[in-house]
Amino acid sequence: MTTTTSNTNISFAETLPALFTAQFGNSGWPGRKTALERFQALGGIPTVKTEDWKYTNVVPFFKNGLSIALPETPAITAQQLEATGLLLPDTYRLVLVNGVLQSALSILPPATQVTVARLSEAASQPAYAQYFNKSKKLEEHHFAQLNTALFNDGLFIEVKAKAQVEQPIHIIHLYHNNGNLLVNPRHLWVAQEGSEAKLIESAAAVGTTGTVLVNSVAEAVVTERAQLSHYQLQTGGAGLRFINQTLVEQMGKSLYNNYTFTLSESDLVRNNLNISLDAERTETHLYGFYIAAGSQLVDNHSSVDHRMPHCESNELYRGVMMDKATGVFNGKIFVHEDAQKTNAFQQNNNLVISPSASIYTKPQLEIYADDVKCSHGTTIGQVSEDALFYLKARGIGDAEARNMLVKAFAFDVTAQVKIPAVRKQVEQIASRYLSVATNN
Amino acid sequence: MLNIKNLHAAVEGNAILKGINLNVKAGEVHAIMGPNGSGKSSLASVLAGREAYEVTEGSVDFDGKDLLDMSPEVRAREGLFLAFQYPVEIPGVSNINFLKTAVNEVRAYHGQPPMQAKAFLDMLKSKQKLMEFDANLMNRSLNEGFSGGEKKRNDIFQMAMLEPKLAIMDETDSGLDIDALRIVSAGVNKLRGKDNAFIIITHYQRLLEYIVPDFVHVLYNGRIVKSGTKELALELEEKGYDWLKEDIRLEEPVQ
Repeated sequence: MTTTTSNTNISFAETLPALFTAQFGNSGWPGRKTALERFQALGGIPTVKTEDWKYTNVVPFFKNGLSIALPETPAITAQQLEATGLLLPDTYRLVLVNGVLQSALSILPPATQVTVARLSEAASQPAYAQYFNKSKKLEEHHFAQLNTALFNDGLFIEVKAKAQVEQPIHIIHLYHNNGNLLVNPRHLWVAQEGSEAKLIESAAAVGTTGTVLVNSVAEAVVTERAQLSHYQLQTGGAGLRFINQTLVEQMGKSLYNNYTFTLSESDLVRNNLNISLDAERTETHLYGFYIAAGSQLVDNHSSVDHRMPHCESNELYRGVMMDKATGVFNGKIFVHEDAQKTNAFQQNNNLVISPSASIYTKPQLEIYADDVKCSHGTTIGQVSEDALFYLKARGIGDAEARNMLVKAFAFDVTAQVKIPAVRKQVEQIASRYLSVATNN
Repeated sequence: MLNIKNLHAAVEGNAILKGINLNVKAGEVHAIMGPNGSGKSSLASVLAGREAYEVTEGSVDFDGKDLLDMSPEVRAREGLFLAFQYPVEIPGVSNINFLKTAVNEVRAYHGQPPMQAKAFLDMLKSKQKLMEFDANLMNRSLNEGFSGGEKKRNDIFQMAMLEPKLAIMDETDSGLDIDALRIVSAGVNKLRGKDNAFIIITHYQRLLEYIVPDFVHVLYNGRIVKSGTKELALELEEKGYDWLKEDIRLEEPVQ
């Protein structure tokens, strides 16, 4: 199938209907067609005139003849997998190539605890029928709609009721292409009642030419009393661009922790993280750390909807901007009318260590209930002169002192990581980036 | 060791030091006293190399080298130590890593290899004992959540680790209760030797009961207006600073 647009002046949006018909025809699941129409009704690829995309211009990334037809899945060897440097010890491992689960490279968790399947083969699962494509905010997202229209495959994970999955489940997304590709992985993860699990996501390109634009959607449902920790390690990324939608729905007394670390080579990383607290007494922790260098654009948009009473959410995002990079943070907290006794906290701190770097940060708090505790704050600055002088007064040189302070700023967030191997990997990668930055 | 000649300094164009002369020899302890705003802490800051202070005139010789020509870190590596009036809290930097980095940077400056982990830990332990410093504080972030007394003790502990030639103690006694004051003073007294020197900046005579100075200087309006021995401190304690101000006013020519 050759569905690549060859004329680079024609925008992706214009060619999309033809691409869609060529790929999916007019039969199949009607949800695709509905999503395509919704995507177009939202205005197609958002421009900077769309409020949520004001500082993140994605239009150029859709100009160079993107294909949506996936190439043949190459045989990835264990050596190639090892060479990504992403592997973590003592984990289950689910390896995906362009969104398709590769059983041969994977180490599955026990079937008594966790059901793992290709999303394309999960339709018969009750949890699929119950939760797939049901997340409340899907409708609002241009790219979630685009994903729903175009997704090829992804990962269905169901942690069974009361299962305590000790080892983390490491999901390694590998991407491969010949030429410029738009890939739309689609995932559904359900943590059933009283279960406990940890998911770690990593990504890398293997054997690619051109770039891969990854437009992923993950719907996660954390049901009653379930605990799910979710790590998004955006650490590889040369040749990859990401637009991620993570939509989480939490039920009563559940706990969801998200750790999003963007320490990558990607030109573009846009994370949309939406949490919907749909029942009482939930707990949510969102931790983010991002470094943007070169001319990278790293954008974190998050929303937390407190819909019911007695829920607690806590968000801490920190970023370091260097070179000519741009960072964007937008955090929305909505406390709906019924959500009395809400505790909601949000903090975003940024270090801008190059005069040409930019950060746009906007914490937003909308409260419609009257008995709540909420706070939000944002800071933009350089390393503290007082702290710098204190270190220098003990003989530590300027570059080393700055390095220590920037790392300290970062490690305040990475210290929240509960899996030692993940913390080590993230801190090593962060150190490497930050040492380069402060020694320039 | 330290020879300050006619030192003038300003902050944002305002003259703060207006001609300081002071000579400190190895083995000596000098106390600098004076009312609030007289320039005591400014003198400490200028000597340690704080950027906000601009030296407008004069010279400072530190063991044959031009101190004012050095960056703050080089001053520290040459053996100058400032015990801060307000030690800074630095979350995320562990006390122990900070000390190790500092010790090794000083060593590197003097052409010595980094300390082996074992040797460093041995040194740490012996100095902890000497300074009565709580080992539990070592693994915490630098000064984070420390009480005022713990911060000051941490500064003195760092001094013990870095073994400076000249230590300047900037109102180390402020905010200390009597027990902390005694421990800090005992630490300083243990570090006193014939090869090092101290400049003790203080508002009150109390500290000087524990750390007995060889010389006492009174700083007023950016100048040393009176120098003497430890008896001068007692006289100041008794009479306050006002009589000195009167004396100076009489001495100064009518403008």
